[in-house]
Amino acid sequence: MADKIAVEGLNAWFGKTQALHDIDMAVPENSITAIIGPSGCGKSTFIRCINRMHEEIRGAYSNGRVILDGEDVYGSGVDPVLIRRRLGMVFQKPNPFPTMSIKENVVAGIILNRRLGRHEIEETAEKYLRRAALWDEVKDQLNRPGVSLSGGQQQRLCIARALAVEPEVLLADEPASALDPISTAKIEDLFTDLKERYTIVVVTHNMQQAARISDRTAFFLSGHLIEYGTTDKIFTNPSDKRTEDYITGRFG
Amino acid sequence: MKTDFRYIRRKVFGTVMLGLSLLAALAAVSMLFWILGYTFIKGISAVNLDFFTKLPTPVGVPGGGLANSIAGSIIVVGMAGLMAIPVGIATAIYLSEYGRGVFASTVRFVSDVLAGVPAIVAGIVAYALVVTRMHRFSAFSGSVSLALLMLPIIIRSSEEIFRTVPDTLREASFALGVPKWKTILSIVLKTASGGLVTGTILAVARVGGEAAPLLFTSFSNSFWNFNPGQPMATLPVDLFNYSISPYQDWQQKAWAAALVLVGMVLLLNISARLYLARKGFKR
Repeated sequence: MADKIAVEGLNAWFGKTQALHDIDMAVPENSITAIIGPSGCGKSTFIRCINRMHEEIRGAYSNGRVILDGEDVYGSGVDPVLIRRRLGMVFQKPNPFPTMSIKENVVAGIILNRRLGRHEIEETAEKYLRRAALWDEVKDQLNRPGVSLSGGQQQRLCIARALAVEPEVLLADEPASALDPISTAKIEDLFTDLKERYTIVVVTHNMQQAARISDRTAFFLSGHLIEYGTTDKIFTNPSDKRTEDYITGRFG
Repeated sequence: MKTDFRYIRRKVFGTVMLGLSLLAALAAVSMLFWILGYTFIKGISAVNLDFFTKLPTPVGVPGGGLANSIAGSIIVVGMAGLMAIPVGIATAIYLSEYGRGVFASTVRFVSDVLAGVPAIVAGIVAYALVVTRMHRFSAFSGSVSLALLMLPIIIRSSEEIFRTVPDTLREASFALGVPKWKTILSIVLKTASGGLVTGTILAVARVGGEAAPLLFTSFSNSFWNFNPGQPMATLPVDLFNYSISPYQDWQQKAWAAALVLVGMVLLLNISARLYLARKGFKR
């Protein structure tokens, strides 16, 4: 498989604190890559560097290269606003827009950037609610507020909203950590379906989850990429002692 | 037992302190009700349809009302709002969404100082800036002085409201590839709209009762006037003029004006609360 994203020599800081040290990592196309590691190891910072959300935090900056289909995301003349449309993101806590209905939430990324006819809105909303496996549950209440849904449904609504912008990559920052097991299972199934169309990078605290859904796994520790390989290899025969200690639950 | 004694002592001390603080709260509230009640009793007899529909009559002529100054108050405060609300909200957007560093903290500090400026000083400034240049008193100059008073209230309350909009919503919008200015207009402003309306209504209510800055800006007028370039009657100024007059009839009108003024402020406050309750905090 071709590499969709290639990260080269990535360093990131919050003020004077360095959060990522010299990360090199390639993410193959149409796969799920899991990022695991203890709290504060730089997992979230890493995926936020991929779509240039890291720099939105006050005092945060980074250097290095993130190559998306041969083009450096940090290259001169690259507009972070436009690059983010190619790299969709789902956050830890579901964050639908509270002033918008379910339908409006799905198309929010589109209507905030260009006009959309009424008919187009209906069509687009249905298409992506179906893709996020939420359509059957909400098709009779499309005009109710997005925040009226349950936590798990809100998270799938946010996935639908991210997909509606037609990104090539979906970055997910612990998307199921605030959800119950049934909702979590739905999100996991959804990701497995979505990898046919998208390249997915998912940060997770849950190692079973990483083992269940991902093709490749990266283990981060204190801002360093310790080990990266196929999920099979990482979970059955890790080459680094620290990886083994972490996945067997000896620390973290 | 020793422990029992301590327990009883704490319990008694707690009860006494609770009683004292209740008493203090009661004293504070009773003052408010006393003011409201006294104004009501003194003023209600002069509040009738004529009061809202007729012009003032000369001394000694019975009847008449303060229709012109009720309308004048609405016009002067309304024009002040037109000046202060857009500038205030725009400043708040700058402070909460962009403001970093020395300039922003200077703006914040200045608006805090401006909030503490006595109303009569705002009047003097408007007098110097507008009245001396136009060579006459005018409703417009009154609005300028009230706008000066409203501005810091709107800036600070709006900034607080913008800060209650969760950052996760801004992030969600950025991550969808929405530019920052569009995020502010479509997400932040919309999410904050309930609180903004409430804060603005309260700012209007706060300056609506000011008389001091209007005494030498919008002045007074015994007739209908809808020209902002001319002196205009307002309720607080008429209240002042009538209450210091030696005529019983005018003093009676002053009480009525006080009652109507308090009623209007109360109405604004209640409508702000109702609006907030209906809109609710959705998050």
